[in-house]
Amino acid sequence: MAPLQLTGQVLDVRRAGMYTVLSLTAPGLAERTKPGHFLNIGIGGEESGLLLRRAFAIYQVQSRGVYGGSVDIVVGVHGKGTQWLADRRRHDNLSIVGPLGKPFTLPKDPANCILVGGGYGTAPLFMLADQLRERGCRVDVVAGAATEEKLFGTLEIKRAASTLTVTTEDGSMGVQGRVTDVLDDVITKTKADVIYACGPMGMLAAVANVAAARGVYSQCSVEESMACGIGVCMTCVLPVIGDDGVTRMVRSCVEGPVFRGDQVRWSDVGTVPVDTLGAPTGGH
Amino acid sequence: MSRALITSGPAGSAVHLPAVDMSTSIGDFETPMPVFTASGCAAAGKELDQFFDITHIGGIVTKSVMMNARSGRATPRMAETPSGMLNSIGLQGPGIDAFIDHDLAWLRQRGARTVVSIAGGSVEEYGKLAAKLRNVDGISAIEVNISCPNVEDRGQVFACDPNSAAQVIQAVKRNSDTKVPIIAKLSPDVTNIVTIAQAVERAGADAVAVINTTLGMVIDLETMRPALAGITGGLSGPAIRPMAVRCVWQIHQALPNLPILGMGGIRNGEDALQFILAGASAVSVGTVTFHDPSAPMRVQDELEVALALRGFTTLREAIGYAHRGPDVPEIAEEQE
Ligand SMILES: Cc1cc2nc3c(=O)[nH]c(=O)nc-3n(C[C@H](O)[C@H](O)[C@H](O)COP(=O)(O)O)c2cc1C
Ligand code: FES
Repeated sequence: MAPLQLTGQVLDVRRAGMYTVLSLTAPGLAERTKPGHFLNIGIGGEESGLLLRRAFAIYQVQSRGVYGGSVDIVVGVHGKGTQWLADRRRHDNLSIVGPLGKPFTLPKDPANCILVGGGYGTAPLFMLADQLRERGCRVDVVAGAATEEKLFGTLEIKRAASTLTVTTEDGSMGVQGRVTDVLDDVITKTKADVIYACGPMGMLAAVANVAAARGVYSQCSVEESMACGIGVCMTCVLPVIGDDGVTRMVRSCVEGPVFRGDQVRWSDVGTVPVDTLGAPTGGH
Repeated sequence: MSRALITSGPAGSAVHLPAVDMSTSIGDFETPMPVFTASGCAAAGKELDQFFDITHIGGIVTKSVMMNARSGRATPRMAETPSGMLNSIGLQGPGIDAFIDHDLAWLRQRGARTVVSIAGGSVEEYGKLAAKLRNVDGISAIEVNISCPNVEDRGQVFACDPNSAAQVIQAVKRNSDTKVPIIAKLSPDVTNIVTIAQAVERAGADAVAVINTTLGMVIDLETMRPALAGITGGLSGPAIRPMAVRCVWQIHQALPNLPILGMGGIRNGEDALQFILAGASAVSVGTVTFHDPSAPMRVQDELEVALALRGFTTLREAIGYAHRGPDVPEIAEEQE
């Protein structure tokens, strides 16, 4: 289904650790949204000097209610644009485009699934956990961040998971270390068939490696910087191996953000590997 | 046309305006509508068609395509700047054959007017691209992106040298269908853009597209290195609009009969009107599409209102209107 372009009104703004959760009216969005979809939001109003929209994983959607549907996103402040968003108040209007991108694919038959979230990367995993459980899947969650306040929604996600393992690099909550320090164990204990992950690139690379080493299928939702989010600018590319074995620079906004963990060339992200289709040849 | 435009006047009252004839031409390419996408800001139209009906605007200008598939440059490929952005994509694309078979075929089947943008690393490559497009249906015009390094001339950009620019246009002209207008896309990064416009006109260009991005750079203060993997990038968006309007003005003043496709930071209908008044026959909307995916359609609707509000009944009357002589004061003389 085609994405919508609409004006959403801020229904609620709440703080969650380091993050701000925005609820926005968005009639029609819920019906189109699958776990892993994202949306993007215009910054600073019509005359804004910040032209590029900011992308957010869709955290929650409600299809009914007085507003004819709403959507929640989790905002982490990285710069001026996200700061402006975090400063919004009830009744402010925001320009929304979504849902965008390729969502997670769900197993046809009940399977044992591990969901790994880094920082606010847990945001798209709530909807995913619910839908997996509806299909009779077992869901175990691993959530990690540098510090406790950089974790998002750990209390809440516990309800949807058989087990929750938390890691923090400073040991302020859960196991001290990184998600990959515990992942091997969780795979063994849960006899995992599938791993879904969302978080920073470094974490995704490490998770995909563990999954590959253990022969577990994995899907990772990447975070690349995007100018348009709709597939027209070619800024958001990364090297991905196609089903035909050929590496291409593919757009993470339309062919992703969810990719198979074994198809992204993680160690080559940020470069154009020499065997990429159309890579510059020596000489010029 | 018996449509009427409705816009909101002071205090939100509805104002009814007569519809404006928006038709225009770029050389022999006659189009009922004057607003186009900009090359590299609309891919090949398919994605934007989800947001507005691409057959309702002037047309789609496709991403510059080269002979062979290209991976483009490493990331980061962009940096946001005040009222604009830098990009360094490196002409990622499928190559001309795949482009004709897939993208162009889709546009033709969709019924969208299409301007195909081509780019080459040598004069010969441009000629070959033109030959590939000859006898291919569904091409309204060819835009020649000459802001590319010439591999045979130490990477000197074609658009920055009148002779190289002219050679490219001659090669394209020689190899293409005579019925398809050739639009030379100029770079603002030159001492005198009129010299380049004159050179490409003499070489046979039917029109010029003005302007491509201007070279810029951002240093990332975290890494204390260039923000883009390509080090420099093309600056676009409203930040470059005054520069673009100036270029259109200068070319129209020197070459009033050379049609201009104007672009650079167009955000709304009034911005587009500035380009028309400066001498553009049609406009492209680029970077602002990233901010508002329906921008080309919206700008076109707003342009019609902006023209109507100023009493124009046709777009053609407004082309170059800012160049007219001093307004003669109206003297209330009784005519005998
Ligand atoms: C991401 C991006 C990619 C572009 N790619 C091309 C291209 O392939 N060929 C070309 O002639 N111009 C290209 N341009 C330049 C635009 O077509 C246009 O000339 C310029 O951006 C000024 O217009 P704007 O400010 O409305 O974007 C590109 C611009 C951007 C922002
Ligand atoms: S962000 Fe523009 S193509 Fe992906």
